[in-house]
Amino acid sequence: MKPAKFDYYCPKTVDEALALLEEIGFDGKIIAGGQSLVPIMNMRLSTPEYLIDINQLKDLQFIELDGSKMKIGALTRQTEIEMSDAVRKHLGLLSEAVPYIGHVQTRNRGTFGGSLVHADPSAEIPLSLMALGGTLHIASKEEVREVNVEEFFVTYLTTDIMPNELLTEIHVPVPEGRTGYSFHEISRRHGDFALVAAACQLSIDDQDRISKVRLVLGGVDAVPLLITDASVMEGEHLSAPLLNKIADMVDEAVNPESDLHATADYRRHLAKQLAVRTVKTAYERARGENNERS
Amino acid sequence: MSVHKIEVTINGKKYQEQVESRMLLSDFLRETCGLTGTHVGCEHGVCGACTIHLNGSAVRSCLIFAVQVDGQEITTVEGLAKDGELTPLQRNFIECHGLQCGFCTPGILMSTTDYLQKNPQPTLQEIKEMLSGHLCRCTGYEGIIKAIQKTVDENNHHYEAERR
Repeated sequence: MKPAKFDYYCPKTVDEALALLEEIGFDGKIIAGGQSLVPIMNMRLSTPEYLIDINQLKDLQFIELDGSKMKIGALTRQTEIEMSDAVRKHLGLLSEAVPYIGHVQTRNRGTFGGSLVHADPSAEIPLSLMALGGTLHIASKEEVREVNVEEFFVTYLTTDIMPNELLTEIHVPVPEGRTGYSFHEISRRHGDFALVAAACQLSIDDQDRISKVRLVLGGVDAVPLLITDASVMEGEHLSAPLLNKIADMVDEAVNPESDLHATADYRRHLAKQLAVRTVKTAYERARGENNERS
Repeated sequence: MSVHKIEVTINGKKYQEQVESRMLLSDFLRETCGLTGTHVGCEHGVCGACTIHLNGSAVRSCLIFAVQVDGQEITTVEGLAKDGELTPLQRNFIECHGLQCGFCTPGILMSTTDYLQKNPQPTLQEIKEMLSGHLCRCTGYEGIIKAIQKTVDENNHHYEAERR
């Protein structure tokens, strides 16, 4: 199992990388951590003519708290996110989600931005970012544009990024006030792709009424699925009838497929269970009641 | 440019070689450098047999191209023992029957060595999670876990003795 031939380029600066992309981006691929790309190249499911290695672009490797937002460089390794005290303190959802990605040995190499542009619909980072909200900064030779995460994912393994563009950094708003989060997934074995994954971040007011909620499900559609109807929870206390309503809403919204690993029905069942579980945990945490990892 | 000249330090020794851009680091180590201690199982990052240290972190050598490590530092399983003296972890693998056929062993030794440096007192659950990135079909993992726990216990003992 060896990859097909390709030409290799290793730009030293972002400008150099963007100039290369302009020239050969349409027939080439960017390689960052390579933990998804190299397996599919080894299996020859992907045979790019050119590989542009961005591992030397150290300017894209950072985690920085800037006022009310966290800025994360696209080349930041998943392990760095996992170990970051700033991320644990301000973006707890991300800290909870990252250990579910692959294994220690692949997280040492895999990057934050790489997972986003690969856009596997069951992957943890796309799901978490969708729940946290945020903007992606995408550079080309001509300009840098900002895309909201809601507009970024197009379909399976496809994003809004054009072949001449490079994801450079991601800005994530730091949640304020009484906020809780929860991430949970079910997979056949630890480290496998999730059959279904769920992420929730919600805020409550001083009367414990839900003021803002974002619930996202993975593995049940072509993109991380933001349950927009979950906003009916806003203004309400969490209750058993409300949780039943959420389960019904999820049942309505998801569109899972059957494959070798699980049937569509089973995925649908998991989606409802995980949605209820993450909302409940996030609510308890917002009230300061549940600090255990779900 | 599909052929490149690279210079890389492996186990403290410099290698200057020509590589085709599509050559996997695992193949480079085994075939170009003759370091066959790094084993190749699945070639898509699942089995963990090819795990090495790149600049001090455990990574899969089958998911990196040789051309990417130009100017960097690598340690393979051959680099663990110094002057013919096995590391405590290696000794404990022998003592606790941490291997049978030995195919998965180099990768597990490399992952564990890195992991214990960064996390010297892991819980049993943490050890198991770290090992989830490695497939062993002989031992059922019991012996491997025992060998790692013994190494952790010995380290703790050592620290305590020093503190006294």
